[in-house]
This record gives sequence, C-alpha cells and structure tokens, in this order.
Amino acid sequence: MTDSTPHSSGTPATGPAVGQDEWVARHAERRLIRRGPLAPMEERIRAVPWWAWLTLFVGVMCLLPAVSSSGYVRRVGFDTVLYMMLALGLNVVVGWGGLLDLGFVAFYGLGAYSYALLDSNQFHLHLPAYLAIPIVVVIGAIAGFLLGLPSRRLHGDYLAIVTLFFLQLFQTIATNGDSIFGHNVTGGAFGIFTVKPLHAFGHSLTVQHGGVFAVSYYYVALAFFTAIYVALRFVNLSRTGRAWRSLREDPLAAEAMGMPVNTLKLMAFSFGAAIAALTGTLFASLSASVLPLTFYFVLLITIYTMVILGGSGSQRGVVLGALVIGPLLELLRDPNKSRVIFYVALVTGLLVAFRLSRRLGLIVVATLAFGFVCRAIAGAIDHSWVSGSAPGGLQHVVSHWVIIPKHLAGWVPPVTYIGVIAAALLLTLVHGRLRLVLLPPTLYLAAFVWDNVMLTQPDPARYIVLGLILIALMIVRPNGLLGERRVEIV
Amino acid sequence: MAEKLLEIKGVSLNFGGLSVVADLDIDVDRGEIVSVIGPNGAGKTTLFNLITGIYRPAAGDILLGGKSLVGLQPHQISQRGVSRTFQMLRLFLNMSVIENVMAAAYGNTRAGVFRSMLRTPGMRREEREIRAHASERLAFFGERLMGYRWDQPAYSLSYANRRRLEIARATATRPTLLLLDEPAAGMNPAETHEITELIGRLRDDGGYTILVIEHDMHVVEGISDRVVALDHGVKIAEGSFDQVATDPRVVEAYLGTKAAATK
Repeated sequence: MTDSTPHSSGTPATGPAVGQDEWVARHAERRLIRRGPLAPMEERIRAVPWWAWLTLFVGVMCLLPAVSSSGYVRRVGFDTVLYMMLALGLNVVVGWGGLLDLGFVAFYGLGAYSYALLDSNQFHLHLPAYLAIPIVVVIGAIAGFLLGLPSRRLHGDYLAIVTLFFLQLFQTIATNGDSIFGHNVTGGAFGIFTVKPLHAFGHSLTVQHGGVFAVSYYYVALAFFTAIYVALRFVNLSRTGRAWRSLREDPLAAEAMGMPVNTLKLMAFSFGAAIAALTGTLFASLSASVLPLTFYFVLLITIYTMVILGGSGSQRGVVLGALVIGPLLELLRDPNKSRVIFYVALVTGLLVAFRLSRRLGLIVVATLAFGFVCRAIAGAIDHSWVSGSAPGGLQHVVSHWVIIPKHLAGWVPPVTYIGVIAAALLLTLVHGRLRLVLLPPTLYLAAFVWDNVMLTQPDPARYIVLGLILIALMIVRPNGLLGERRVEIV
Repeated sequence: MAEKLLEIKGVSLNFGGLSVVADLDIDVDRGEIVSVIGPNGAGKTTLFNLITGIYRPAAGDILLGGKSLVGLQPHQISQRGVSRTFQMLRLFLNMSVIENVMAAAYGNTRAGVFRSMLRTPGMRREEREIRAHASERLAFFGERLMGYRWDQPAYSLSYANRRRLEIARATATRPTLLLLDEPAAGMNPAETHEITELIGRLRDDGGYTILVIEHDMHVVEGISDRVVALDHGVKIAEGSFDQVATDPRVVEAYLGTKAAATK
C-alpha cells in the first residue's frame, strides 16, 4: 500500500485530473484499514496461511471417531466427506468453468458402477485398489470429455438440458443393463451387490468391525479429500484455473485473449467427472452394492444445494456447504430433531425478512395468539380434534398450540397442503397491511401442515426444509456463505 | 516503403442479404497507427471481428506478416500476435485486477494441468514470470493500476481504469498488432487527452502496431499516421487526417448531402 493517502484536493499530484471516480475507487482501500480492538486479531487471522487452516480442519475431522463411537455417526461423517469431494468436483465445472452441468451425478454413478464391475463377482474381476481406482478415474475423465464434446457449442440452458439428458441416459442404461445383447452387465434395477471393499497387497480395508462401521474407510476418504483439495487449489491458482474462471466470466473475451475456450470446457468437464468417479469408487466399495436410483435427481439437487449454499467458486465455501447440508439431511430424518429445525428455520426466516423490528414482534405475538385461539375453539367444538399426540422435540409447546387431531380425515392433508402453497403465493401478491394480517394465519397453517402431514413423511419434509434454507440464504447472502461478492453487469 | 504487417485484401461479409463489409482493402505497416472512422453501423467493429476471427470473411483474405489468418480460431489468432480491446468493455469482472492480466498470458505459457497440480519448479518459475510480466503491463499506466489495486476485483475499478485495464490485458498476450475499439469512449476530456498520449506511448515504448476505431476526432487527429473512413462497409477515403476530414464523401457520410438536407 504505497500510495494510500486519498487526495484531499481535486487534482492529484501527477497526470491529468481524474474525476471523482477516483474517490469512489479508493473507497474499498480506506475500508481495508480497520480500527478498534479487534483489528490486530483480524490481521493475524488473515495472515494464517491456507494450509494451516486445511491442516486444522482435517485434524478436527480426524477426531470424529474419537468423539463418537456410534457407527451411525461415523457413517454420516464418511458420507459427508464424500459430499465434500463431490462438491469440490462440481465446483470445478460450475463454480470455475461456469458450465451448468446437470449430469454431474451420472459420473459419480459411472465411477461406482465401474468400480463395481472391476471388483465384484459380476465378472469375477477382483482388481486391487491401485489398479481399479486409476482405471475408474480415467474412465470418468473420458466420459466427462465425451459429454463435453457435443456441449462445446452450448451454454446456459441448452447445456443444462443436454447434460440432464446424459444423466437420464445413464439411468436408463444402468436400470436396463441386465440384458445388454443378452449379457447381464449392470444388474438392472437390483444393481450389483457383491462389490468388494478396497484391497491391495492381500489386505482389504475393513468396512465393519463387530457390526459397527469401521473408521478405516473414513480416514481413507479424508485422505482423498485432502489430496483433491490441495490439487484443485494449485490448479485454481495456475494458468488453467485463471483460464477457467475467465471462461466463466466472458467466453468471448477469453477466446480473444488467447485461451482455447473449447479445450478448456472439455478439461473442466473431465476434471469434475474424474473427481466424481473417484468418489464413486469409495462409495461402491463401502456400500458393497450399487443401485441405479442412488445416482439420480435427489443427489444432484443435494450437491447443487451444497455448492450454492457454500458459495459457488469458493473451495472453502463448497466444503462448508457439504459440511452443513450433509449432516443436516441426516438430522432431518429424525422427527424429534426435524421439528426443532423446522421452527428454527421459520423463526430465522422471519428474522431475515423483518429484522429486529416492532413488526416482527407483532407478527410473532399475533401468530401465537392466533394459534391458541384456534386450538381453543377447535377443542371446544370437539375434544378429539386436539387430542392427538405430537411426539418429538418441542412437543410440550407444540401440542398446546397446534391443532393435532387424534384421527386425521383423509381429505385434510392434501387440502391443507395445497392451502399453504396457495396462501404463500397469495402473500407474494398482496402488500402492506393486508400482508401483515395474512401472515400469522399462513404461518399457523404451515405449522399445522408440518406437524400433521410432513412430520409423518420425513423424506419430502427434508427437501422442503432445504428449500426454505436456500430461500432464506438467497435473501441474506446471495453468493453463498463464503462466496465472493459477484457482479454480472456493472 | 515500410514492411506491411496487416493486409486486408478484398474482404467481404454478409449477414443474410445485408452486406456489412464489401470488398475492403486496408494495409497497416509495422509501427504505424491507423485510425478507422465512420458513422455508426459503418462496419468498423465488424472489421475487428473479422481480423480476430470471430467472423469468417465470405470472400477475400487477411494476412498478418504475410500469413493468412482466415479460418483460424480467435485464440490462435491471438497467439499469432493480434490482440484487441472491446467497445463495450469485456473484463473478467469477478477476477482480481492482476489476474485479469495474468489470464491473458495463457497463450504463450506452457505449464500443463498436472504440472500445476504438483507445482513443479518449472511451473513455479513460469508463474513468477507471468506475474512479473503482468505487473510490468500494469505499470505502464503509472500508479493507476498498481499496489493495492492488484488484488481488488475488476468490478471495483472506475470506468476509466477499466478501459486502462483492458488495454493492459490486451498487451499481456504479447501482440504485435493491437486493435483498440473506441478507447476514448465515455472518457472525460482530461482522460481523453491521457488516452491520446497513451496510444502514442504504446507504439513508441511498447513497439505495437495499432489499428484504432475512434469517434473523437481530437484523438484521431492527435494519434493517426493514417486514417481510413468507412461507410456502409465500404472504404470511402484513406490518407492523412486532413485529407480524410475534408473529403467530401466523408463529410457526406457524417452529415448527409446538401440535397437531402434541404428536401
């Protein structure tokens, strides 16, 4: 920071006068100089090199098995590491290359299936890990390259549709692959279920130890994750990484500045696909089986959520996204915890929308009052309408507030469910006082639907909560938790 | 007679039935600054797009140093030594200032992706060279793009600095021929004056041959060795600034005919 003093008079010392835009441009510079007692600490935190953060992070992750001896928790940890790897892979294509690849999980599936064919009883091939993994990675990279070929001239929504088609193609082949010219290749809809764990030099990696998930797989996955993270960081800060990001920013300018855009697109596809395929080997060898439907839209949406939540384009960001979403989806499986998460999400959403204002207080009080009144009226009409049980977290609060009938009539779930959606849509159309008046009943209806309908169906409920989180995030941090500020046109 | 760097020979381009550029001949000598002028829609930017390979001419040939550029991809033409700026600024807005310039070194650097992953000594050396080269390109503009600005995203720059950064990025591809598309557009008088000086320095210190599209006649007068006037894709005048500025066909192209005006 050599020339950091802002010019007090209109004319700088050298060169012709540059208008007041100079002042605006220097705004960020002035803001960089922090004041206050926290300033030295912030400086010091910023000075910590990236590898120290990574070591710390991986070190903490390594402690997970020490914290919990539960096989379930360890398995969730393992799945989260896989999610982190997938998010890193998708970040290459979407975050850096700017290519909307909706076929990404097909490469994950391809990796899993390829490993399954190389090390299972399907063809009685049993390749050791040091052969199988490189072969699978190369297969993934080649598949990415092949998908990239027709996509060279496509971008935006066209590319999205073509890649989505590729995912569907993969699904179709995997599901019907039990009779390819009379040969059973993929095991069809039942998949392949004789996949062996990773093995080399006569030793094989333990999957279970006394019926409990063994940690060896967790550490292997963590090692792969670290290697991928470091490698990608180095690539990002090389000419290839800069070219990828240039391609994302402006393909025409990148091409005019000497960057072969088509080749770079193919490279980005190959890279993402190879990482996904590598992750697939870990998944298949651990699960001992591969099924077609594992690698489908739900997983695709989950990984995209992670990348968007964390901040597309930021390596730290997408890892954080996976770290948040992976365990969250598991927590939401459990009605006890999912109710807490639902209400926390609801309150957070309100906080985001109204900040800490008097209106927020008004809405909360009105919603609570509305609920108690409704429940009292319903209880007075027929006691069985409110005598249902609400197991799980917050049950004492909820069962005195939400109407929970003992027997739910068949027409109630669809009608109320559609009612919530209609009410939410109505809210977007009305403004001012009317909106404030309509908000409490809508919130109450949402709570009713959650506790009576969604809670008994954890799977859709999980993704609805995920959607709510994304909507809240879109408002607060449109570029993700750790994403850089992005501009499209200035 | 100086050595010809760029030769445009009988180049034509049609968009459907519309003839955008018709049978155009322009030569640019090495070390020369040639301005292209003409009313809006005259085909000036199209000419740049033809030279840089974004469009392929329907007829004719474009030679750089005697070798044809027709049929090459834009990035190959860039690697042959033609670089450009854009009329509507096309910076990599979400990348830092120095990365914008470093990215343009792609065409004349070699480190492959696996070497980058392993950070081999050769790759690191090349990376240092790229950085040094980029900082040298930025230093060309004095203090404006130096120091703390390097690590700021390009979108945080003021408009004038964005124009400067685009020129810096264009020169980072190590070109021999530089195509500047309205470098003074949107600049205030002081900045316009500075750009005029800068273009002269680019030729004298940088050693680039420059083809420039410009609407500001003060700039054109200040920098041009030669001026080419286009209208409806046809060359209507060529010569020194004074010759072209007083050419009746140029006056007519800009202002219309007397007959049309009095009708």
